Amino acid sequence: MKNITKKFGHLTANDNINLTVYKGEVHALLGENGAGKSTLMNQLYGMIEPTSGEIYINGNKVNVNNPNVAIANGIGMVHQHFMLVEPFTVVENIILGSEITKYGVLDMKKAKEEIVELSEKYSLYVNPDDKIEDITVGMQQRVEILKALYRGADILILDEPTSVLTPQEIKELVIIIDNLTKEGKSVIIITHKLKEIKQVADNCTIIRRGKRIDTVKVDEVTEEELAAKMVGREVTFKVPKEDRETSDTVLSIDNITVKNNRGLVAVDGLSLEVKRGEIVGIAGVDGNGQSELVEAITGLRKIEKGHVKINGKDITNMTPRKIIDNKVSTIPENRQKVGLVLDFSIYENMILENYHKEPFSKKGILQKDKIIDNAKNLIKQFDIRPTDETVLAKSLSGGNQQKVIIAREIMNNPDLLIATQPTRGLDVGAIEYVHKELVKQRDRNKAVLLVSLELDEVMNVSDRIAVIYEGKIKYVVDAKEATEAKLGLEMAGGKK
Amino acid sequence: MTLLSILFGFIITAIILLIARYNPLQIYGVIVKGVFSKPKYIAYTIIKSTPLILTGVSIAFALKTGLLNIGAEGQFIVGTIVASMAGYFFNLPPVIHPIVVMVVAIIFGGLWGALIGALKAKFGIHEVISSIMLNWIALYAHNAVINIPAFFERTNKAHTIKDSASIVFLEGFKNSESGKEWLLDHPGIRDILKAPVNYGIIIAILVAILIWFILNKTTLGFRLRAVGYNKFAAEYGGINVKRNIVTSMFISGSVSGLAGALMILGVSKGITTLSAMEGYGLDGIGVALIAGNSPIACIFSGLFFGALKYGGSKIQARPIEAPKEIISIMIGTIIFFIAIPRIVKVLKRLTGRKGVTR
Repeated sequence: MKNITKKFGHLTANDNINLTVYKGEVHALLGENGAGKSTLMNQLYGMIEPTSGEIYINGNKVNVNNPNVAIANGIGMVHQHFMLVEPFTVVENIILGSEITKYGVLDMKKAKEEIVELSEKYSLYVNPDDKIEDITVGMQQRVEILKALYRGADILILDEPTSVLTPQEIKELVIIIDNLTKEGKSVIIITHKLKEIKQVADNCTIIRRGKRIDTVKVDEVTEEELAAKMVGREVTFKVPKEDRETSDTVLSIDNITVKNNRGLVAVDGLSLEVKRGEIVGIAGVDGNGQSELVEAITGLRKIEKGHVKINGKDITNMTPRKIIDNKVSTIPENRQKVGLVLDFSIYENMILENYHKEPFSKKGILQKDKIIDNAKNLIKQFDIRPTDETVLAKSLSGGNQQKVIIAREIMNNPDLLIATQPTRGLDVGAIEYVHKELVKQRDRNKAVLLVSLELDEVMNVSDRIAVIYEGKIKYVVDAKEATEAKLGLEMAGGKK
Repeated sequence: MTLLSILFGFIITAIILLIARYNPLQIYGVIVKGVFSKPKYIAYTIIKSTPLILTGVSIAFALKTGLLNIGAEGQFIVGTIVASMAGYFFNLPPVIHPIVVMVVAIIFGGLWGALIGALKAKFGIHEVISSIMLNWIALYAHNAVINIPAFFERTNKAHTIKDSASIVFLEGFKNSESGKEWLLDHPGIRDILKAPVNYGIIIAILVAILIWFILNKTTLGFRLRAVGYNKFAAEYGGINVKRNIVTSMFISGSVSGLAGALMILGVSKGITTLSAMEGYGLDGIGVALIAGNSPIACIFSGLFFGALKYGGSKIQARPIEAPKEIISIMIGTIIFFIAIPRIVKVLKRLTGRKGVTR
């Protein structure tokens, strides 16, 4: 890609960027949220056209003005938010748009054969007849990759591929990428995960504010150096925090049982305490009951047995409204589905929980000036971009959407702040920011419950770590004494 | 955007008319003359638009809160039933009487709608299904009620409402002896008053503004819109989704019920057996769509609809003698182009590639 510039009105998203990717190479695109990496790749895939600049594929200049051209030239893209039809099967999704027909009738048998062949070639194991809605996220991603390979992709663009995977699935993805490059495919990964860039990429191009900052050989740089280039300043990974005395118990979970959507027991007699002045981190592989646990505490899911108390008050099975009123705030796992109303503006999302209270409303009438003031303050305080409070939430980048949610929850001044996957999809700068906020909250003598699939995050941020496995907390340890090996073992069940 | 769709609608209908061997310009001319050439016609247009504005507002409101209230038709019918009964059986002084009738219609229309909401909230039954079934129940109840002995006047007709309930403008005056004399000297005004000009239009406009206010300026409206856009986030934020679905449907139903009441109080003065649904509720869907679900815009799209329907009825007369279905085709085509804006987008893309931004 030569001298690619992309402007949206006055906004220059890509400024004269050059990118070269070789056959069999894994090339990482690193940058903060809003830096322009996705915009760049969307031009390569034909979803938008460059304002100026050229794209050469295998030495030939190509005018990629829609995805079909990209696909015809061997480019395939796996987006961060998958584009799969949930009720359809794996096979149906893969062939969608490129169906093989025999006299006008779908030749499913042939399609299945071809897909099984492909999946074995690249170790992308899937069951062709499974429905998308029934399989894990890791498997869905494999289906997306197969979709691209099925159409003959030689260059695969993966957009934030690991943000939705468990640690185990990430390991498998690394192997898959390895297999792809062995077969001569090139892989471009858009990512913030410095650790994974080190694991998997050969070269890395850093983009900051639309400009290409540098292209480096991954072996020759450290994670700290990469982060510094990305953000433009020094970035710390270790979360600075001082020791604190803990005091009263804020959250007391006593032997609760909660069922999941399929009616099976997900939380199985779980007990846990979180005190003021501490951050308790729940570590665990996805699917061991964390989501159901948080939903149960916040009133979104029924607690079958047991009790949950906040500051000594029993809140078991209270409505979400009452629980919020009892000074519990949550940063939800799924910011777009649950945390924000995407069609509302920033200022409306800011008052999602408090619209009915003064000063935001008086006797049922919304006080718009107070609402706008509140939003302006929070935008400034939490450095939310763009700074226009009337912008709809759906136009914000993932990191800024998360900031809106965090701003809103922290301003509630809760006694218990539950943070579920708070840094999913965020770049290093934003992650640093979120962690600082969590520590600040704990320094205000409040309680913080952190639930995260990133073991590093749990280890860096928490004061105490609890491992959840099959719906129970079996192992609790002081963060200072925790080791990755022991935690990993407990997360897998604790058996050698 | 909408104007472009309306233009397309007129053009496509013109083509269809040409194929059917009518002169589109002649037909359009008749419609325009039929609406604007006499003050009386303008009056009739406004009268015809009044219920459409309200059913449009009713459906627009529901759509903004995430619900498709096809039941507007049934709520309208329920409104006419209770309005004609309250108009006949109650004995109240003028001004008070119509107000009471309207309140009763609002309540019962609202309940008829709330029932749909409750079925959805409690049992997950989709509002379209329960709406359609309740529409039919309302229709047959309407016809059954006419046969109640106390209400029955003559075959297929129930008693008319008392004069005290009427909201027709200057009704007493134009029917009195002195009034009729005065009007002979003022033929222009007499002409206008031949139509049942009534206060309904003022009420409709006020209600549209009120609904707009509720939706955009109150905490109730905020909650309902949040539930409509994203019920998961609304629930997480502490909003009671189920209760608000019922509230939404109540408000929507009450507006359609009011539409029915205004029809009785201002125009028909009583109910007669219906062989089929009159379609005000269903037309309301078109009104709401053309208005882009904005309550205020419903005022204008309601008037537009009313003009098409009233002016359109005149094409059945000589010299054209076209079937009234032509009007339905025209209205349908316009809605087609509005409700499917993607067609315009696709046309744009075919003529010159414009990228999709993420």
